[in-house]
Amino acid sequence: MNDASVAQRRSAADLLPSGDGGAKRRMRAISPSRLAIHATLLFAAALYLVPLVVMLLTSIKTPEDIRTGNLLSWPETFTLIGWVKAWSVVDGYFWNSVKIAIPAVLISTAVGALNGYVLSMWRFRGSQLFFGLLLFGCFLPFQTVLLPASFTLGKLGLANTTAGLVLVHVVYGIAFTTLFFRNYYVTVPDALVRAARLDGAGFFTIFGRILLPMSVPIIMVCLIWQFTQIWNDFLFGVVFASGDAQPITVALNNLVNTSTGAKEYNVDMAAAMIAGLPTLLVYIVAGKYFLRGLTAGAVKG
Amino acid sequence: MSIATVMTKTSPLDVLQRWLPKLVLAPSMLVVLVGFYGYILWTLVLSFTNSSFMPSYKWVGLQQYMRLMDNDRWWVASQNLLVFGGLFIGISLVIGVFLAVLLDQRIRREGFIRTIYLYPMALSMIVTGTAWKWLLNPGLGLDKMLRDWGWEGFRLDWLVDQDRVIYCLVIAAVWQASGFVMALFLAGLRSVDQSIIRAAQVDGAGLPTIYLRIVLPSLRPVFFSAVMILAHIAIKSFDLVAAMTAGGPGYSSDLPAMFMYSFTFSRGQMGIGSASAMLMLAAILTLLVPYLYSELRGKRHE
Repeated sequence: MNDASVAQRRSAADLLPSGDGGAKRRMRAISPSRLAIHATLLFAAALYLVPLVVMLLTSIKTPEDIRTGNLLSWPETFTLIGWVKAWSVVDGYFWNSVKIAIPAVLISTAVGALNGYVLSMWRFRGSQLFFGLLLFGCFLPFQTVLLPASFTLGKLGLANTTAGLVLVHVVYGIAFTTLFFRNYYVTVPDALVRAARLDGAGFFTIFGRILLPMSVPIIMVCLIWQFTQIWNDFLFGVVFASGDAQPITVALNNLVNTSTGAKEYNVDMAAAMIAGLPTLLVYIVAGKYFLRGLTAGAVKG
Repeated sequence: MSIATVMTKTSPLDVLQRWLPKLVLAPSMLVVLVGFYGYILWTLVLSFTNSSFMPSYKWVGLQQYMRLMDNDRWWVASQNLLVFGGLFIGISLVIGVFLAVLLDQRIRREGFIRTIYLYPMALSMIVTGTAWKWLLNPGLGLDKMLRDWGWEGFRLDWLVDQDRVIYCLVIAAVWQASGFVMALFLAGLRSVDQSIIRAAQVDGAGLPTIYLRIVLPSLRPVFFSAVMILAHIAIKSFDLVAAMTAGGPGYSSDLPAMFMYSFTFSRGQMGIGSASAMLMLAAILTLLVPYLYSELRGKRHE
């Protein structure tokens, strides 16, 4: 059996050098079809990079330069005036987003971890139903809850406040955070927890001593997912906050779409980059977890 | 012995331990019941009232839904959603699958290339919209660049063209999400049993045939997931429209999410806004219910 499959692999590799075989690296490296594949992939990568490159180039040009040159022309004179102006506009809003994102990310992740723990290890009558109800929350179009939520925030005195936005992001974030942890803990063998229970370990001891130490990957996934979601949110920001309490996405949109005075595209692009940099940095540093978060909801359900 | 068990059962600490899981879950259950389902019902109720700038609870039956059906802007928004959603999902799938298959050919620096395809997904739709609004700027954007590069007759003014502005949204959305589709399918391709591919190769099948006939059909679940997620993104698309076109020119690039926002929060027509939100929910449900049903059934069979 083993020999047969090895033989099969060999013959397959001989028949089709571009196929999935272990050997024949040299042959593949020179085949024209492999060259075409590489060229296509690199060309596509260049296309994906164009918007980012354009943003960067535009942000360091002078307004005259933008008018006389084109999107990908090299700046005649390099200037940071766009970045300086952009920062002076979005400065406060940037920190609003930080103040919203950090607590909301931490709280929703902690709640999600505990929920996931209960839903996987301490099931009780109705807990599965609750999980089903929660799962639906992942797909909920927020338009259906915006009005009641804004009435509630108003009643609580949290309209137009950072605390209000934190609350909203936690409430509508726990569906995903719970899903992440529940699906992760479901794969932990029950025997581990049962043994600890027999030894007299309590609810929080088991969580803290057994599950939490093995949760580092899923905590990373959850933190990054929540940070990306909350930092990039626009809908909640524009509905529940106005004036000085706005997050950066709302401020950016206001800056770009106000039609007073001459358009300063360098400022627009610098502001867009400032708004995009935090999540972009997180993605570059921890892309593995970012990808896992994206696919966790999709592939595992 | 039996006394001892009775005693441990009644000890308050033990009772607490038994209730602890429920206590921990209780706040979330409350939040979900009220903040998700209660609020949906509340919005449903509002959609049957004559609420305008302020909520009112005067019952008007289906009147708001009738007004919505008579509203030209709503129809434009709904048609736009079909066009935008259809093209966005279709093109993202084609590009994503194509790139995933190419990347699956043992490419050197695969990780690096993958990172580039996926980075737009980390950005806010507002950033994406801002960038593409500039790229598609008639007169200064790609329009000018390609003419500068020697393509004399090139014109690209879709952003201000009522009939074509919706394609601008498609371009930006595809740029943002196609890398994600690629990642989904690449993960799927990696889980395909390699011996099937080898067997087909032994039978003399070429690579395109193998992928089209054998590998991709076996990735049907990934395909469904991708369509679900993309459809969900399309229905909820609000930020992209806000940043790129604000629904304009006129209301030619409106989408339901944008319609709901502007009627509810800018025009003071909460009743119609709530009705439109309920129709959005209905649209998601028609997609979601069959999907979840098949997912859960599949799980049970495992």
